[in-house]
Amino acid sequence: MTDSQAIAIDGAAQRRAGVLVMLTCLVILLVLVSLGTGPVWLSPVEIAKALLGAGTDVQQVIVWEIRLPRTILGLAIGGILGLSGAALQGLLRNPLASPSLFGAPQSAAFGAVLVIALGLADVRSYALPVAAIAAAFASVFVLLAVAGRNAGLLVLILSGLAISSLAGAATALVMNLSSNPFVVLEIAFWLLGSLEDRSFRHVMLALPFIAAGALVLWRQRDAFRALSLGEEAAQSLGVDVGRLRLLVIIGVALGVGGGVAVSGSIGFIGLVAPHLVRPLVGYDPARLLAPSALAGAALLLAADIAVRVIPSTSDIKVGVLTSIIGVPFFLYLIVRERRSLGGGVL
Amino acid sequence: MIAPLLTATGVRVRLGGREVLRDISLSLAPGQLVALVGPNGTGKTTLFRALAGLLPSQGNIDVGGQPLASLSLAQRARRFAYLPQGHVVHWPLPVQDIVALGRYPHGATDPSRLAAADAEAVRRAMQLADVADLARRPVTELSGGERSRVALARVLAVQAPVILADEPTASLDPRHQIDVMQTLRAASRNNVLVIVVTHDLGLAARFADTVLVMSDGRLVSQGKPDQALSEQVIAEVFRISAYRAEYRDEAVIVPWDGP
Repeated sequence: MTDSQAIAIDGAAQRRAGVLVMLTCLVILLVLVSLGTGPVWLSPVEIAKALLGAGTDVQQVIVWEIRLPRTILGLAIGGILGLSGAALQGLLRNPLASPSLFGAPQSAAFGAVLVIALGLADVRSYALPVAAIAAAFASVFVLLAVAGRNAGLLVLILSGLAISSLAGAATALVMNLSSNPFVVLEIAFWLLGSLEDRSFRHVMLALPFIAAGALVLWRQRDAFRALSLGEEAAQSLGVDVGRLRLLVIIGVALGVGGGVAVSGSIGFIGLVAPHLVRPLVGYDPARLLAPSALAGAALLLAADIAVRVIPSTSDIKVGVLTSIIGVPFFLYLIVRERRSLGGGVL
Repeated sequence: MIAPLLTATGVRVRLGGREVLRDISLSLAPGQLVALVGPNGTGKTTLFRALAGLLPSQGNIDVGGQPLASLSLAQRARRFAYLPQGHVVHWPLPVQDIVALGRYPHGATDPSRLAAADAEAVRRAMQLADVADLARRPVTELSGGERSRVALARVLAVQAPVILADEPTASLDPRHQIDVMQTLRAASRNNVLVIVVTHDLGLAARFADTVLVMSDGRLVSQGKPDQALSEQVIAEVFRISAYRAEYRDEAVIVPWDGP
């Protein structure tokens, strides 16, 4: 009995490693497909040549100027959304948690929309991400001021809900008051979420924030495991729960705020990614972070490839696609978790 | 007399404007099982939280001759192993990973990479709590009795000088209640101070070396079980009468009737 169990546990560790390798290969494959897919199809060899500075000028421009920034952003934003979802689910010990819970993405979107509506910038301008990141930060500070540093999770969730509702209402108000129909149209499209026509300027602006957020979240991983026993037990094991909560919120604001700034709102990847990998790697919230980030990157890359190949009269935005797939999944999760929800949040 | 391991002087705690602990003083030596009893809402859990430093309090608490206030969170975690009520586990983690969390205060934060000493502590704790056979089972699949033993193993794995167990026998059948109390009493014999909150006066009388009786935020009686739980204390604090006897040199106290 014990021997067969010992083999089983080694098998579990091996399977976790295998899943990580598999997900990494999947992400690399999707990166290549993403670089090759578009009005002009490029083979992996042509992509490699273009990346190395060989191949035709047109191929170089397509790969370097158009598809590489888009692919890097898909990879990074998908990754940080998956990581943030897994981190928040670990913090809240609730499989229904996701970044939008704290209102950071909605607030980031409001910051960006405000800048567009005031005519300070168009959707491709440098000021847009700065405003979005600033708004994401502001929302986190307001959240902490309202909830208090040692607030319970229920208070945090309610505060996050209030802030995301306020950000949504403020965004609607800005569009409502805008006298220029073209600006409203521009905002509406931007809000749908897209990775199209992004340049390396977007990459350079978003990436440091995403990397910093990912680092902050990654360093908290072992505390999430201790938190499986509840806040009081975790605190008695030496986890500073108040500080942990603060760091997770800052990490999520940095990463998701930076991401939303350049992509518009792309929903549900943070919710779906951890659920996809749980059956493969188990429930340990610490061991869920890396696979969730990879799954999030794969999801967004795949969705962004899909919007390029789905035949349609006008462009389908990738944020629309992720929501259309994500919302039914969310409802399915609510049905599945309905019974445990009452006790889980408190 | 053995030097006290845990002392509290004039400890007060206010929660939401209400004084939950009023001037608690105690001095407890290691190597004994202490039962903390008292009616619901008298501040037993609050006292535990204050002693473990999980809650700000006024007054002085010393552990091993050091003031609690001078200890970092990690230092406190190595001195107090705390078992909260209900032993919740939010994710279906394997039993051995749960028990290994007891080594978290010692810097062993990853159960899959335990140093030899930590792995040995986990193995011993699982043996003492009789959960070695369950090591790889997801904790959420276990029965209530098994879960409480897993929680106990996690606390034993800390190898702390003080164990604070809040109602470790609640909702267990008689056999498991006795198992848990015997395991905790055995742990106390290794020069550990074990304090248990319980509503079961019978278990307290049977297993505790010392009984502390709390009423309305104060410590109203303490001593050997039959002294601390005198007829008068039981009548005044719990407002009941009890059948009292002695069996095999241990006190027997059975709650019997209303006031």
